[in-house]
Amino acid sequence: MSLPNKLLNGLVLCLALSAPAFAQVKPGQPFPDLKGYALEGTLPACAGQVVLVDFWATWCAPCKASFPAYGQLQRELAPRGFILLAISIDKTAAPYAEFLQRFSPPFPTVRDGTQKLISVVKVPAMPTSYLIDRKGIVRSVHSGFHGEATVKALREEIIRLLEEKS
Amino acid sequence: MKRNHVLVLMLVGLAALLSGCTTTPVHPWERATLADYTMRPDRDPLHNTMFEHIYFSREASTGGRGVGGSGCGCN
Repeated sequence: MSLPNKLLNGLVLCLALSAPAFAQVKPGQPFPDLKGYALEGTLPACAGQVVLVDFWATWCAPCKASFPAYGQLQRELAPRGFILLAISIDKTAAPYAEFLQRFSPPFPTVRDGTQKLISVVKVPAMPTSYLIDRKGIVRSVHSGFHGEATVKALREEIIRLLEEKS
Repeated sequence: MKRNHVLVLMLVGLAALLSGCTTTPVHPWERATLADYTMRPDRDPLHNTMFEHIYFSREASTGGRGVGGSGCGCN
């Protein structure tokens, strides 16, 4: 290898190592298989369903504010093949367990205590929800919770996906 | 040949130096500690009350924090 090539390779390697690795899960990509991340709790059977994966934490106020509205979505659309899965990223179990005991959300909740999954998904904000179609492909990403505007957009998108033929 | 080695060393040094300028942001999912109650500057009500009292005493002529306007007595 000639010297210029060596220099170029060295520079590319240095820059690659110094740049922050950022690879968020985006619409059009398959969502990571949840079984491979040792999530605490029981994962629901999501195959063939429209799934909204919501990342939340007990220390995140807007995340908790979204729960009543998300509960309503779950109650309304679950009979048609929709599942809302809330994934807590709390590192400690105590506040997570206490929150669930107090509010008992009507949708399944698991905990990514090791934060392995969130490190792969790389959410842009807290909370962030990923709407996944029946084939496991992410169709939209909702960053933050903006009250009725978020709920309205989600409801429309979920209904559209539920009406799609698989 | 020696000159080439110097060049390579300079380039690696430059890349290492530039990498020092990169930042490592706190990711959204790593903000539990920052969101903790103990990180709030106004978490101690006694401290807040005392601070307000001192501020009010110092700025008595203008009404402390409670009253807008100046000390002309016209408010």
